[in-house]
Amino acid sequence: MMMIFGIPIQAFLGQLLIGLINGSFYAMLSLGLAIIFGLLRVINFAHGAQYMMGAFVGFLLLSWIGINYWLALLVAPVIVGITGIVIERFALRRLYNLDHLYGLLFTFGLALVIEGGFRYVYGSSGQPYATPDILSGGVNLGFMYLPIYRGWVVVASLIVCIGTWLLIEKTKLGAYLRAATENPTLVQSFGINVPFLLTLTYGLGTALAALAGIMAAPIYQVSPLMGSNLVIVVFAIVVVGGMGSIMGAIVTGYMLGILEGLTKVFYPEASNIVIFVIMAIVLLVRPAGLFGRDV
Amino acid sequence: MKKIAIASIAIMAAAAAALPAQAEVSDDIVKIGILNDQSGVYADFGGTWSYEAALMAVEDFGGTVLDKPIEVVTADHQNKPDIAANIARQWYDQDQVDTIMELTTSSVALAVQGISKEKKKIDIVTGAATTTLTGEQCSPYGFHWAYDTHALAVGTGGALVNNGGDSWFFLTADYAFGYSLEEQTGNFVKENGGSVVGSVRHPLSTTDYSSFLLQAQASGAKVIGLANAGLDTANAIKQASEFGIVQSGQRLAALLFTLAEVHGLGAEAAQGLSLTEGFYWDRNDETREFGKRFFDRTGRMPNMIQAGTYSAVLQYLKAVEKTGTDETEAVAKALHEMPVNDVFAKNGKVGANGRMIYDMYLMEVKKPGDMAGDWDYYNVLDTVPGDKAFIDPAKSGCPLASN
Repeated sequence: MMMIFGIPIQAFLGQLLIGLINGSFYAMLSLGLAIIFGLLRVINFAHGAQYMMGAFVGFLLLSWIGINYWLALLVAPVIVGITGIVIERFALRRLYNLDHLYGLLFTFGLALVIEGGFRYVYGSSGQPYATPDILSGGVNLGFMYLPIYRGWVVVASLIVCIGTWLLIEKTKLGAYLRAATENPTLVQSFGINVPFLLTLTYGLGTALAALAGIMAAPIYQVSPLMGSNLVIVVFAIVVVGGMGSIMGAIVTGYMLGILEGLTKVFYPEASNIVIFVIMAIVLLVRPAGLFGRDV
Repeated sequence: MKKIAIASIAIMAAAAAALPAQAEVSDDIVKIGILNDQSGVYADFGGTWSYEAALMAVEDFGGTVLDKPIEVVTADHQNKPDIAANIARQWYDQDQVDTIMELTTSSVALAVQGISKEKKKIDIVTGAATTTLTGEQCSPYGFHWAYDTHALAVGTGGALVNNGGDSWFFLTADYAFGYSLEEQTGNFVKENGGSVVGSVRHPLSTTDYSSFLLQAQASGAKVIGLANAGLDTANAIKQASEFGIVQSGQRLAALLFTLAEVHGLGAEAAQGLSLTEGFYWDRNDETREFGKRFFDRTGRMPNMIQAGTYSAVLQYLKAVEKTGTDETEAVAKALHEMPVNDVFAKNGKVGANGRMIYDMYLMEVKKPGDMAGDWDYYNVLDTVPGDKAFIDPAKSGCPLASN
């Protein structure tokens, strides 16, 4: 049997694929974080909590009114996006002119409150959420058994990432958004409602987090804690990709997912720190991040 | 005036003289601290519900002991030994706490037991699993109540080995508890003619196990032993079913899994799991009555950690009452001598190493269709007798028990 780094090539391929799947979640989450930072200059530490809310809203929609996965995929991000809009409109907006640290502290506190609230009601061991029937089961790829749902996650995440990138970089709305962050006064003088654009952006960012959350629900336990560890990892990914670089966040998300997956084979104990080691190295060698513009 | 003064002094002196014979309770209050994880991966394990169980025990005892009030305080140690150690010191040094209980997470339990020993205070561990607590690091004032890694190894490991599961691969949480559980289960498997083909250690609170599960799958072992706990185990089981591991013939052994996690995972994903617990609410009228009272307060049925905490608090109060004091040496002596008879344990006895020895149960999670109610999760398959489940105190490695 062919071997790569001392493990059979089949196992190696399997691990690459697993890394890609996890990278899909990282990419979707870091994308939202990068958009919010890039356009609003807010370090959104509530992102993990909003991801968790997405999963919980999906769970509650199912158990209260029987809304299925596919509908929840649309409804849950909208609901969580609306909460994001409310937060931006009434709280976050007041912090734009202050140091970034205030935004970070506010969203961090918010995350603790949200997670604490859900934990108080639902406990920590999580709620079950079944995989939709059409996506359950799996296919044997020869080198591994791939659950169909995980394959769907990779495809969906690619669509979401590319779609969002196109929205920001190639459409008129995206151009307004980018212009509004470069020079809000000028853009506003052209008659564009800049505060509204920023509200919309935060709403979009949180909706992306929620979408990742509902997609994660059938794989991970729907638990109040599901986002709290993830947000730190995702934040590191955004730093590695280059703060505010949307393409950087997406590519780095997939890359580090794969790297983490491989670490789980070669030195599992380090799998939760490998991303931070990379972050430290990148910050030393290229402080603006892999895809960031030098300031 | 002078006469009155003399008379009152005499009365006071008489009262003072009479006091020691009647009751000696430090600071005129018996204070019990419940210290555990209330916000992390193990928050369902005992969590705030253990605190609730402790309050129930105090109420059932009557609210006072030796005519002094009983108070229960609680705190969240966040699974961090340093935070737990700070709280324990604060409680013992400044807040007149007499005993600390629960102590979910082995690393925390070991740290707090060390401090309790140094400060000559009683600790009763219900939430942590490592047998080191009653082994090399045992304390004359330390007790281990609900379960330990040895009992889980013998109960769940034994059941699977007897059913042909003779080759094992471990998925192990990367800290003291995981090592202890893996080692003891592995030893038990080997002693019974099986083999351990490999293991992988994952960091605490990992969310994605697919990578580890693929390694376990590739190992070809008949049984994948999950030497982790709480949300970690739940996620691993859920993902194992996703990757078709059980369907392809490998079996999962959730070595530490309680009713709370089964409820979180849901019967659909948990059905067929074998697990070992020291308590199940639906075993007899007494447990059902207790379970119902607990449910009415908390909205959930108790697991062995919560019921165990109830038992530990109750037994501690009985010991204080029996000795007529809350002085550590005397109460610890009584705790070692008194049999444990309550809703949690029948004829439980405490070994010289502090281990409370009682019968545990091997359970199987029912199929969703067989459940008669929301919390009707288990079939009780077998009793694991206390003497088998727990290490013989003389062989535990505890210096206090080896003579």
